[in-house]
Amino acid sequence: MEDLLIYVVIFGTLIGAMTYAAILVWFERRMLAWWQDRLGPNRVGPFGIGLALADILKLLAKEDWVPPFADKKVFVIAPCFVMIAMLMGFAVVPYGPETYIADLNIGLLFFMGMTSLAVYAVLLGGLSSNNKFSLIGGLRSAAQMVSYEVFMGLSLMGVVMLSGSFSLVDIVESQQDGWFVISQFFGFVVFVVAGIAESHRLPFDLPEAEQELVGGFHTEYSGMKFGIFMVGEYLGVILISAMIATIFFGGWIGPGFLPPIFWLAAKTFCFVMFFILLRAAMPRPRYDQLMSLGWKVMLPITLVNLVVTGGVVLWMNT
Amino acid sequence: MEIALFYIAATIALVSTFLVLTNFNAAHGLIYLIISLLASAVIFYVVGAPFAAALEILVYAGAIMVLFVFVVMMLNMGQQGIDQEHEWLNLRMWIVPSILSLILLAEIIYVLAAGSVLLPGHGVEPKAVGMSLFGPYVLAVEIASMLLLAGLVGAYQLGRRYLEENREEDNQ
Repeated sequence: MEDLLIYVVIFGTLIGAMTYAAILVWFERRMLAWWQDRLGPNRVGPFGIGLALADILKLLAKEDWVPPFADKKVFVIAPCFVMIAMLMGFAVVPYGPETYIADLNIGLLFFMGMTSLAVYAVLLGGLSSNNKFSLIGGLRSAAQMVSYEVFMGLSLMGVVMLSGSFSLVDIVESQQDGWFVISQFFGFVVFVVAGIAESHRLPFDLPEAEQELVGGFHTEYSGMKFGIFMVGEYLGVILISAMIATIFFGGWIGPGFLPPIFWLAAKTFCFVMFFILLRAAMPRPRYDQLMSLGWKVMLPITLVNLVVTGGVVLWMNT
Repeated sequence: MEIALFYIAATIALVSTFLVLTNFNAAHGLIYLIISLLASAVIFYVVGAPFAAALEILVYAGAIMVLFVFVVMMLNMGQQGIDQEHEWLNLRMWIVPSILSLILLAEIIYVLAAGSVLLPGHGVEPKAVGMSLFGPYVLAVEIASMLLLAGLVGAYQLGRRYLEENREEDNQ
């Protein structure tokens, strides 16, 4: 019975995450239009959902073209990295007290490792395209990811200190009497900013800044390979949102009248909406501004937060 | 079952490392090196050191290899680089390294066959790593951190001089 449950959870996660990402492509355009006082896609089918379906069909039916000047093997393999890494990241998210795929005692580090592997998709995609715009996009992405990963990891260490575990199941359990967003507010802020940078969404989407770099690292990609990059980006948004909800907002914990997975889904949805709102509201910073924000603002905040949390934990224990 | 997992991961690590050495294209070589690091992370996990496995992925595959790829992208050698590698990696230069590594291989086979020296297998928890880092090895940690700080200050100094020179040129 338990064996069956784990398979249900695994396939549920795979299918659920992919469907969520596909629906999000359409839903983001509707929400962007609403926030920017435009109409958005509203003609094809109810609420314009037919347009999204037509887009997906077009991507599937498009010729699978590899540019002759590209490094073919790497070009084909690059989009797979982002998809695999992001879907693997969902393995450590607990959906309920007993419902999870894996309760690793290094769960948090596993998630960090998977997000850091996802950067290879962008890097190798940019490198193998043999195109100057792709190369610059890939280079920017490498520098951005390496810098923001530092704060992303450090911002979570306060939570690890308070809960005494890297396991996400334990982290959720230890939030029964209070969410970590209150005690770890600065950790939360830094994690959200680093999360946006890791999933390279606007305002931190410099790797694909379309006004300067055509399409950034995916300039040469078309058809389903581009589709995989796009779905991978949305999977990243959902994964980061689920992680924010799990680590700082109590995960599946909520009033008992609805199942735990509902509360996790509702919290995740709020943060996905926040990501979309950011895209609707924020301009893109210059590249050096992005880097100096990281090293001159985010790093000091995280380090001070870490020292203060460590001090308080020591003081409480003695 | 577990021993099969270990041998599969070890074989992947060996084969991918071999391909790193014999590959003429730097980018392809780096991809095999990443796979080799992932395989060694699996080995760490199987022998009961999940923390070391996570660090292997985070530090080596996630940060250091990204910088390697970064450098390969900056240089962007393309066909020219492949030709150069062909020139360097001729058969003659394989002889001495092969003999040396064959000696090591023979040594390992001998140790494994004798069966007297077996690796002590016990789990290493994250806490144990921290305890030994800040317990008996605290001096080594401090020396390493001072070295890193010196490197950081040196890099900043070099970068700052470059920036100032460029700024003067811009102003003229």
